[in-house]
Amino acid sequence: MRKLALSDEILLDIDKPVRYIGNEVNSIMKDPGAVDIRFAMCFPDLYEIGMSHLGMQILYSLFNSYEDVWCERVYSPFTDLEKIMKEKGIPLFSLESQDPVKEFDFLGITLQYEMCYSNILQILELSGLEFYSKDRGNDDPILICGGPCTYNPEPYADFFDIVYIGEGETQYRALFDLYKECREEGFDKKAFLRRACKLPGLYVPSLYKVTYGLTSGSCLTPEAKNENENDTDPGSVYPMLASFEPVSDDVPKTVKRELVTELSEAFYPEKPLVPFMKVTQDRVVLEIMRGCTRGCRFCQAGMIYRPLRERSLEFLKESAVKMLENSGQDEISLSSLSSSDYSRLPELVDFLIEYAENNKLNISLPSLRVDAFSLDVMKKVQDVKKSSVTFAPEAGSQRLRNVINKGLSEEDILEGCKKAFLGGWNRIKLYFMLGLPTESEEDIKGIAEISDSIARLYYDLIPKEERKGKVSITASTSFFIPKPFTPFQWAAMGDKEEFTKKAHMVNDAMRSMLNHKSIKYNWHDTGVSVLEGALARGDRRLSGVIVKAYENGARFDAWTETFKEEYWLDAFSECNVPIDFYTRRERSLDELLPWDFIDIGVNKEFLKREWKNALEEKVTKNCREGCAGCGVMKYGSGVCTDQKGVREEKKDGVGAN
Amino acid sequence: MKIRVRFTKSGAMKFTGHLDVMHFFQQLLRRSNIPIAYSTGMSPHQIMSFALPLGVGYESVGEYMDIETTSAVSSSAALEQMNKASVEGIEILSYRELPQGAKNAMSSVAAADYLVGFREGKAPSFNVKQALEDLFEKPEIIVTKKTKKSERTLDIKPLIYEHHTETLTDPCSVFLKLSCGSVDNIKPELVMEAMYSMMNEEPSEHAFTIKRLDMYTVISSSDKGALTVSSEGMGGDGVMPDFISLDSIGRDIE
Repeated sequence: MRKLALSDEILLDIDKPVRYIGNEVNSIMKDPGAVDIRFAMCFPDLYEIGMSHLGMQILYSLFNSYEDVWCERVYSPFTDLEKIMKEKGIPLFSLESQDPVKEFDFLGITLQYEMCYSNILQILELSGLEFYSKDRGNDDPILICGGPCTYNPEPYADFFDIVYIGEGETQYRALFDLYKECREEGFDKKAFLRRACKLPGLYVPSLYKVTYGLTSGSCLTPEAKNENENDTDPGSVYPMLASFEPVSDDVPKTVKRELVTELSEAFYPEKPLVPFMKVTQDRVVLEIMRGCTRGCRFCQAGMIYRPLRERSLEFLKESAVKMLENSGQDEISLSSLSSSDYSRLPELVDFLIEYAENNKLNISLPSLRVDAFSLDVMKKVQDVKKSSVTFAPEAGSQRLRNVINKGLSEEDILEGCKKAFLGGWNRIKLYFMLGLPTESEEDIKGIAEISDSIARLYYDLIPKEERKGKVSITASTSFFIPKPFTPFQWAAMGDKEEFTKKAHMVNDAMRSMLNHKSIKYNWHDTGVSVLEGALARGDRRLSGVIVKAYENGARFDAWTETFKEEYWLDAFSECNVPIDFYTRRERSLDELLPWDFIDIGVNKEFLKREWKNALEEKVTKNCREGCAGCGVMKYGSGVCTDQKGVREEKKDGVGAN
Repeated sequence: MKIRVRFTKSGAMKFTGHLDVMHFFQQLLRRSNIPIAYSTGMSPHQIMSFALPLGVGYESVGEYMDIETTSAVSSSAALEQMNKASVEGIEILSYRELPQGAKNAMSSVAAADYLVGFREGKAPSFNVKQALEDLFEKPEIIVTKKTKKSERTLDIKPLIYEHHTETLTDPCSVFLKLSCGSVDNIKPELVMEAMYSMMNEEPSEHAFTIKRLDMYTVISSSDKGALTVSSEGMGGDGVMPDFISLDSIGRDIE
C-alpha cells in the first residue's frame, strides 16, 4: 500500500483531502529505482483546476510513455494545508509517489494565466527551494516552465532555469537525453544550461543580460511621484528597457517557438487521468485542432498557436472511443479555439452522437459558431430549455468590431438569434470587452443597444402565446488586457477608474433600454485586470514585485475569495516600481519590448501592419479566405499548405454552448 | 437482474467521500463493461444504490452497492473485470444476484460491525477492556445525539448488539455490532465517547481508527427459508434479532 505524505490526522483536518492522495484511475506508478529521470509536473493552482487542463494530460502521458522517465503531478496546496505544512515542516510532495518535490530531477510548472505567478513561489517555498535560479544548486531540481504565459517570461524569468517556449511535445525528449548525458559526466547545472539553450525553443534566462536606460518613454517612480511631481533627479525616473543580449556568442540571440508541424496523428493520451472528486472539466476532452484562422487582434491564442492544424478524423474517432472506454467518463467535449472551423466537423459530430446514444454518454460542444448546422447539432445533444446560445461580439459597434478584426456583424448576430429563437431557445449570452483601443462612448453604449435589439427581435418574432416566459439576455464585459504577440501589444490599457466608469456607462445605458427587464449585465473585477495587464507585459524588474506580493500574502490570485489587491499594490510601491509604466503607456513601434527576443513565427512587421489596420478600422481576412502574410507559412504546416477538405467559409465569429 | 456488490475501502481511498465513491463506481462499471441498466427519461442514469455511506476517514471491508443489469455476467468474470478496472484500496469482493423481490441494501440494512482502534499515541489513560465491561454493567447508556437541527438524549444500550475487545494489539481494539440504517443509526464514535465520558476523559482529536467489517439485515424467522428480507422484529427487550450479512442474500452467478 502506498504511504501518504500527509498523516491521517492532517488529511482529516483539511478541506477536500482527496486533492492530495493521488491513486486516481490511470495515474502512473513506476519504480523510482528503474527510471533515470523523475519529473514533477506542476499546475500551480488547486487540484480541481489543474486536473482539468488538457496540456498537462498530454505531457503526463507522453513523458510516462518514455521508459526512463517517471512523470508525477503536483498541485498547489490550498491555504489550509499550506499553513499546516509550514508549521510541521512537511515538504511539498508529488501525488503519485508522495515523495518530496526537492528530490526530483525536474520541476516543470505550467503557466496558463498571469495571476498564478504568486503561486509559483508558494510551490518553491513549500518544496524547500530558493526562489531565484541563481540561488539554487546542482542538487536542486531543474526548474522549467511552459504554457501561454511563456510568450513573455520576463516577469518571472529570474526564478526559472529554463523556459520552454512553444508546444511541449517536441523538445523534451532531447532535453532529457541531454540531462542524462550531463549527469554521466558529473552534473554541473551551469554547464547543462549552457547546452540546453541550444535546443530549439529553450530559453535560459540566466544567459541573457538586460540593461535599462533613460529615454523618452521613461516615467517617474512611485517614490519620486510622492515627493515632487516635477522632480528631475535622474534617480527618480523609471528607465526603459535598453538592451537584451545573450551573455556570449554561443547563446542564441532569439528563441524560436516550438510547434508540432504534423498534428494530424500526433501523440494523444489514450488513458486520461480520472479524478475522484468532481473537477472543472469532468469529461474526456478531445483536441480536434490547434490554432485559429480568425486573427482577432486582441487574441493572443490566435497568434501564438498559428497555423491552424487539424487532427485527422479517423484519429479523433479512435481517440474518442479509447479515452471513453479507458476512463469510464460519461461525457466528451471537443476542444479547440473555434470548433466550427474544423473541416470534418459534421462527420465527427455524427459519429459522436451515434456513439453517445449507444453508450448513454453526453456530448458538449463549446466554441461553435451559431448557424443552422450548430443549432441542429445542439438540439440533438442538449436540452433546449436548459441551455443558452452564446455570442462573443466583443465590441458594441461595427466600427470597433472592425478595429479588433472580429468579423461578426450585427446582422450575423440577429440572424443567429432569430434561428435560435425559432428553434426554441430563449436564453442568449453575450460577451464583450471594455477598454479596447479607440473605444468611444458610442461603442460602449452599443453594448446595451445590441442587447436590446436582440430582446426586441424575440418579442417581434415569437407570438405571445408561444413564448415560454421572458427572453433572457445576459451581457458580460471583461476588461481588455493587451497581450504580447498581438497587434495590440503596443496599446495603452485602461486603469481602474476608467474601467469602473465604463462599466457604469454600460449599466446606465442598459437601464435606459426598452427591454431592460429582459437583460442582465455583469462585469468583471477591475483590480485583478490591471495587475494581469502589468504582469502580461512586464519585464524582469517585476520579479522583485512578485516576491514582495507573495511575502505580503498574495496567492491564489485567480480566485476572487483569495485575491487581495493591496498585496500587489503595496508590493509595487515597496519596490518603487510604477505599475502605470506597464499598463497605461502606449508603446512606440520602435521600443524594445521585453519579449522581442522570442520568434513565434508570426513576424513583427505583420503585427505592426495589423496595429495600423486596426487604427484605420480595416478588416483583415481570415487565413482560409486569403493569406495575410503573417510569416508562419515558413513552417509549411496546417492551413498554410493544406487546402484539402476546407469547408466553404461561413459567417464569422460566434460561439455556442 | 438485481446484483449486490460487496467491496472494500482502504488505504488512501478512505479519504474519498461518499459522492466520490458513487462517481467512482459509475465510471468503474463503464470501464469494466458491466451491462448496467439505465433509467429511462431525458437524462438516463445508472440504476445503483449504496447501503450506507461510510464516513470520510473510515476503512471498510464490508461496503455494499446494489445495481441493476440488463444481462448476466458470471460472478467470477465480473469480479475479474471490475478489479482490473479498480484502484488500490477498492477491491470488489463479491458480485451476486439478488432473489426476486429482495429489498435493496439501502432500505434493508439494520446493523453493522465495526472495529475501533486507537491511533498511535492517542490511546486513553484508562484500561479499555475494563472500561468497556464497566460501561455495559450500567442499566442504560445515555448519550446525546446531535443532528444539524436538534439534540436529543438516547439510551443506546439496546442498539449495541455486540461488544467485545480484541486483544491482539495494545491498547486493544473494540468490536461493536451496532444498529444502523435510517431509524437508529449509531456511529461507533458515540459508543466510544460514552465510554470516555464515563471515565471522565476526553478523547483526543482523531483518536480512533474505524473499520467497518460488515453490514447486516434481519430475517423474520418464518420467512427464513424463502430468504425474504424484513426489517421487522429487531431490537427490543434483550431479544437479539437474527442478523444475516447483506452478502448472504444474493447468490453467485455461474
